[in-house]
Amino acid sequence: MFKKLVIPAVMISFTVASASAETVRWARAGDAITMDPHAQNEGPTHALNHQIYDSLLQRDMSGAIIPSLATDWSALPDNPKIWRFNLRKGVKFHNGASFDSEDVVFSLNRARADGSEMKELLSSIKEVRAVDSHVIDIETNGANPLLINNLTNMFMMDKDWSEDNDVTTPHDVAKGETNFATMNTNGTGAFMLVSRSVDEKTVLKANPNYWGKDNYPNQVTEIIYTPIQSSATRVAALLSGEVDIIQDVPVQDLGRVSSTDGLQLATAAQNRVIFLGLNTVEGPTSELKVRQAMNIAINRDSIKKVVMRGQSDPTGVIMPPFVNGWTKELNKYPAYDLDKAKALMAEAGYSSGFDIVLNCPNDRYINDEAICQAAVGMMAQIGINVTLDAKPKAQHFPIAKGGDADFYMLGWGVPTFDSHYIFNYLVHTQTEDRGSWNPTGYSNADVDAMIVSLESETDLSARNDTIAKIWANVQDAQMYLPIHNQVLNWGMKSNIDFDVQPEDQPHFQFLKFN
Amino acid sequence: MKHPFLESDLYYNFKRTPIAVLSFFVFLIIVIMAIFADIIAPHTPFEPLTLNLLNGFTPPMQANEFTGTIFLMGTDDQGRDLFSTILFGLRISLFVGLMAVFLAMVIGVTLGLIAGFVGGVVDTVIMRFADIQITFPSILVAMLIYGVAKGLLPPDLRYEMSITVLIISIGLSEWVPFARTVRGSTLVEKEKEYVISARMLGLSYPQIMVRHILPNILSPVLVIATITFALAIITEATLSFLGVGVPTTKPSLGTLIRIGQDFLFSGEWWILLFPALTLLLLALSINLFGDWLRDMLNPKLK
Repeated sequence: MFKKLVIPAVMISFTVASASAETVRWARAGDAITMDPHAQNEGPTHALNHQIYDSLLQRDMSGAIIPSLATDWSALPDNPKIWRFNLRKGVKFHNGASFDSEDVVFSLNRARADGSEMKELLSSIKEVRAVDSHVIDIETNGANPLLINNLTNMFMMDKDWSEDNDVTTPHDVAKGETNFATMNTNGTGAFMLVSRSVDEKTVLKANPNYWGKDNYPNQVTEIIYTPIQSSATRVAALLSGEVDIIQDVPVQDLGRVSSTDGLQLATAAQNRVIFLGLNTVEGPTSELKVRQAMNIAINRDSIKKVVMRGQSDPTGVIMPPFVNGWTKELNKYPAYDLDKAKALMAEAGYSSGFDIVLNCPNDRYINDEAICQAAVGMMAQIGINVTLDAKPKAQHFPIAKGGDADFYMLGWGVPTFDSHYIFNYLVHTQTEDRGSWNPTGYSNADVDAMIVSLESETDLSARNDTIAKIWANVQDAQMYLPIHNQVLNWGMKSNIDFDVQPEDQPHFQFLKFN
Repeated sequence: MKHPFLESDLYYNFKRTPIAVLSFFVFLIIVIMAIFADIIAPHTPFEPLTLNLLNGFTPPMQANEFTGTIFLMGTDDQGRDLFSTILFGLRISLFVGLMAVFLAMVIGVTLGLIAGFVGGVVDTVIMRFADIQITFPSILVAMLIYGVAKGLLPPDLRYEMSITVLIISIGLSEWVPFARTVRGSTLVEKEKEYVISARMLGLSYPQIMVRHILPNILSPVLVIATITFALAIITEATLSFLGVGVPTTKPSLGTLIRIGQDFLFSGEWWILLFPALTLLLLALSINLFGDWLRDMLNPKLK
């Protein structure tokens, strides 16, 4: 008799426990490259760090800028070169330390240090000063009306924790360095790192002292993040209920996911462009005509039709439509024209073609390797013999960035929603603090000067004119061959209420169950 | 006058074992198709110039919606004719398998002969090393060697060398069974009179090992070689399936299966099915033939 009573009681207590503890099992193709918040400027790395670290201000799930660790901000009326930020009070790091202006000054300086990949975003800053314990000033070289757009992925670290653990500067991923912050975290975010095994599994639990407890739904108590590179395995995991949300449903399986009971598909245009970069200094691709020939030898329509199954938006410029500076004219892509391409190759003296290696990631962008394979076939049509070298992104990015590649694939998301971000990373000459993702060798002093001038131009229409001029130069130089803008497809359980974010960054404090 | 082989027990038994005949001819047909792929295959899938992306995902024996071309076994995601790609892929699989077995055989037989004949410390060192290696699955050993070799090679050589590296890593992972068997047989043979008399005549060790012992222990080596051949082909397919083998632009059977696996849920079954069936037929026929050969040549191994 007693036994009979105990069993239902145990069962009830189990159901109660599972109702209050909501675990979300989250999967995508690739893992974060590091947990050091300033060492990599890369989507999946930021996406994971966003759960743990906060920035001064953030983008919500629709892409609009909302307060985070700063409650409000404005440029000083008497001096537009200075932005003043009021910081949120009572915020604690995961280790219990208080968050104050010292941490902000430290973090922003850390993000501007050598080895940081975030420094291009802060290149307009002259100095960061603490005014009092919860007020900071950022002084820029010239008045920069768009400074706040650059701060949405600029995570705040604890100064004392960083000093204690000797992580006052970010580690250089391309050089193979690591530091304590690569695997350990101390943020102010909604989730705390419980365990991490690279490329296998990362477990996060809700932060009990999270400052945003009343600001967001905060229904998720635990996140289990599993990178699954194989697309079939990833879909199988979703279909079998092994995971609750995947960020990259393979295009061939969209129908399957949307027609499965208990699953739903959320689709949105992504703020990310996919393109191929070329060496403009050495080898055959240093000839403009060769680059032009390659550009019109790419059949963007058939890539969309076959490789992407219609799930892409072909483009002629390396800029997604979300970005200030985008125009329909720039976006228009050149017609596929084999005869003209062959003629250009002959004019450049390469009528018999040449050999080149195409470096490509295989776990980063939607169908990245398949797009590269298609490009191999298309380049063969104009005599270019391409060897495809596809690798996981952790090995691909150092090659693509380091300038060792003559021909490589890259995707670029624009968190600032402004052209300057693209120019500063991809167009400016590669120098100490700018152009870190421009290994093409493209260097134009006039364009560099125009890019720098954007940071202090307050007249928005004059600024937009300069942006248009820089784009004209980029289009003429053709160091990049644009392919398309990505379309996002998140697959998740039907009981999850979660908007697709245009930067492909789920912020799990916003997730609701229905 | 009949050829002596046609009057041998081996041939007599072969004729009377339908499984042996069937597996032998299946294997023969596969090999001939691979060798004459240039003539038989309707397309040249390893030549990117001839590919049309719009042919991608065409089902078997149906006209493509854009180009109207019909393919016997359909096409893969890049518009490659699957039938032709399988034939050319078979070439890679067979070549890698054959060369890897040859390498494993040379290493294994040499070390086994030395261990068995010389004995003592040399024997202990070689055989303990073999014991250690055989505790690891051969696929793991192959992956380890493959990874190290790829890391050591300069980047511009990696692609040209990928097949060589594959052969070496599979070969080095499969030598142990050869060494063990050869050592055992050598231990038996070296006590026999003909070896002792060869020693008395003052022949050198290498001469005795290669000219006198080796011919007498070849039949078990042949059996192991057959079975290892099937294993090597499967190991190559596994490595390529895991994405560390041959480049995707020149797919072997394993690479094709990996590509096809991505399209299982979306209904493009033919990309996976045909290469997988081919691999199954190939491995099965070699194994069945190898089993029969083992029963015939060395009943003790049963």
